[in-house]
Amino acid sequence: MRYLLGLIIGAATLWLLLSGVYKPIVLGLGGFSVLFCAYVCHRMGIVDRESVPLHLLARVPLYALWLGGEIAKSNWDVAKRIVLPGRRISPTIVRLRAHQSSELGQAIFANSITLTPGTVTVALRSGDAIVHAITEDNATDMEGGDMDQRVRRLERPFGAPARREASE
Amino acid sequence: MNALIDTASWILLAGGALFSVIGGIGMLRMPDFYTRMHAASVTDTAGMILMLAGLMLQAGLTLVTAKLVFVMLFLLITSPTATHALARAALEDGIEPQVDHDKR
Repeated sequence: MRYLLGLIIGAATLWLLLSGVYKPIVLGLGGFSVLFCAYVCHRMGIVDRESVPLHLLARVPLYALWLGGEIAKSNWDVAKRIVLPGRRISPTIVRLRAHQSSELGQAIFANSITLTPGTVTVALRSGDAIVHAITEDNATDMEGGDMDQRVRRLERPFGAPARREASE
Repeated sequence: MNALIDTASWILLAGGALFSVIGGIGMLRMPDFYTRMHAASVTDTAGMILMLAGLMLQAGLTLVTAKLVFVMLFLLITSPTATHALARAALEDGIEPQVDHDKR
């Protein structure tokens, strides 16, 4: 129920910000389309913890801030390697273990890797991410597991204690 | 104040343009498919974020800025997804990456 409510509130906010026309008839149409979409999603049985990840909401801003910093750093790094003369790359492929407990968490992890320039998740199979990195250093950084750890903290349910699992 | 915001906005727009061009140069300079994708993601992230931030400063605190924020959020989710789909399709199609170190 709370996921359905979350979906309705989210869709209504999106509609209000995108529309900008607040006449009664347009508002009515907007309300109808929001409710109709929520109804269709409900009937399809796709309104759940995965599609409406309310539990992430509070922690996402901090993670986004950190990821933004990582993106800035690696953009600068890759841009330098492109512009400066000579071959400054050492393409490397590594296999990383995605320790996230949910598929959503693993998807966030894989997407974060890809979003950061210099590393791309080529495949994600049974909890293992195959990552192509533009330099060996990038690959080694990824093997450090900082991002993996942060995404694991991000997906942790509220109130759950911070646990540090030993990486295999 | 207006001149200040304008200046900041132009710096961001120029920075975004610069990173987009660098990404383009990288696409030409990089040796194989996968390394080219890394170059493209410079355009995808730095180029896109800086340009949209510059446009947000132009628009000020209006609904246009809210829309630009949505554009940025959606691009930040969809562009790595598209990149991943591309990389995976290439790998499954047998395009072997030219790598120095293969630690699969």
